[in-house]
Amino acid sequence: MLWTKIKRVSKSGFVSFWRNGSVSLAAVLIMTVTLLVIGSLLLLSALLTSTLTSIKDKVDINVYFVQNANESDILDLQKTLQHLPEVATVSYVTRDQALQDFRARHQNDQLTLQALDELSDNPLGAIVNIKAKDPSQYEGITQFLQSKAVNPTDGSSIIDKINYAQNKNAIDAISRIIKSAEKLGLILIIFFALVAILITFNTVRLAIYSAREEISVMRLVGASSMFIRMPFVVVGLMYGLVSGLITVLLFYPISYWLGPTTYSLGTGLNLFTYYLSNFGQFFVIIVGTGLVLGAISSFLAVKKYLKF
Amino acid sequence: MIHFKNVSKKYHDHSVALENVTFNVLPKEFVSIVGHSGAGKTTLLKMILAEEKPTAGSVFFESIDINDLKKSEMNDLRRRIGTVFQDFRLLPHKTAFENIAFAMEAAGRTDEEIASDVPHVLELVDLGNKMQSFPHQLSGGEKQRVAIARAIVNQPDLIIADEPTGNLDPVNTYDVIQILKKINDLGTTVILTTHNKGVIDSLGKRVITMENGKIIRDDQEGKYVL
Repeated sequence: MLWTKIKRVSKSGFVSFWRNGSVSLAAVLIMTVTLLVIGSLLLLSALLTSTLTSIKDKVDINVYFVQNANESDILDLQKTLQHLPEVATVSYVTRDQALQDFRARHQNDQLTLQALDELSDNPLGAIVNIKAKDPSQYEGITQFLQSKAVNPTDGSSIIDKINYAQNKNAIDAISRIIKSAEKLGLILIIFFALVAILITFNTVRLAIYSAREEISVMRLVGASSMFIRMPFVVVGLMYGLVSGLITVLLFYPISYWLGPTTYSLGTGLNLFTYYLSNFGQFFVIIVGTGLVLGAISSFLAVKKYLKF
Repeated sequence: MIHFKNVSKKYHDHSVALENVTFNVLPKEFVSIVGHSGAGKTTLLKMILAEEKPTAGSVFFESIDINDLKKSEMNDLRRRIGTVFQDFRLLPHKTAFENIAFAMEAAGRTDEEIASDVPHVLELVDLGNKMQSFPHQLSGGEKQRVAIARAIVNQPDLIIADEPTGNLDPVNTYDVIQILKKINDLGTTVILTTHNKGVIDSLGKRVITMENGKIIRDDQEGKYVL
């Protein structure tokens, strides 16, 4: 009996989706727009995250050590740093490497290179480059370094200087911008998602409003609430499925077209490659949202006409 | 079978639809209710279907007080009553066959029963060749006959016909009344409301006359007197 019921309800839903062609078309179009908005928000937030990550990635601090610092002390410090939860990566540049880098940087500057050759000893200290997981954490890391990096023999600091102080303003500004961009992004997503959901709900309600007479007839014939309601829910699911599929298909040319532009804008992300590599996830979210929105909207909309 | 006991219905203080109405309808009876528009005929029928609740008094279907029914029990009751309306009330996006099949599905009948009963009942109202037509492809008389077929397909105990001939020409009116008479002869109780004097006078059955929410006449083998 249950199977017969499911069969009847789905058949009735499919048939009425097809026969109410113009109403279905309108509902599918509106829902497609809704899902396009939601999908765009998803892609936008991916772009934003990627942009912010690539900006964050460019922020780092260099710790310059005094020339006579012991390599073992520096390596110890590097190990300690690596274990800090705030630190993402630590790279150690030896004095020799620093000198090579310096020469490479100034290979066209004969004067500097000559001056360097005049010196008997390597004038550069070793460098440790630190990237934090979040730009706001550099201050804490700097303070930690200053308290720890002490020469065990004479108590003097092995650190010559940390370039955090010079970059402090820029780093602070970037962390502020990143924080507010993330906040704004979230607010926008929630806002537009809400608007989209309301629009869909209203559209489905209007579609069912045109069927309110039918609902009262079904009631008079003695149909139970569920038997009246479920075909409408099936129709709502159909709206969601069809518009979800259309949306997923539409994003293919859209992201293909926008892909190169988004990459060259310095976001560090090609929208098209991102879309293709996350297609499964995207498909589930868009089509799933469509199905859930359609079903819930229908379910609630019919409720209104089921009284008495 | 149907028993109205001191039933009153007030919408608000100055609008009284029914006032202290009491009457019985026996099984297998054919009862016509006549009266001007606004006399309370439709309110009366709506109470049997539990679409309206009385402000005072009770309505019984056999021994069941209709207003004590839960929603699911109300659906069972409605399946025992077939309804026919002036405006047909067919489902516009379903064919004649599907409209009738819907009533059977709602009553939980099997696919085999539907496949055999629907064509049979459509033959009965002489629409065997219009099974796959949509309501907008049918004439008024044909639509009303589909509605009657739908009303009788679940073999109800009672048929309620609310001005079923109101939108029909004389030939179709005659046909519809003949069908209702035939249904009654086969043992189903029929309650009919109408404005059509000719219909009432030709029936020669019980007539209840209403005015301003009250029953003013109740005659066996009555005539249309207003």
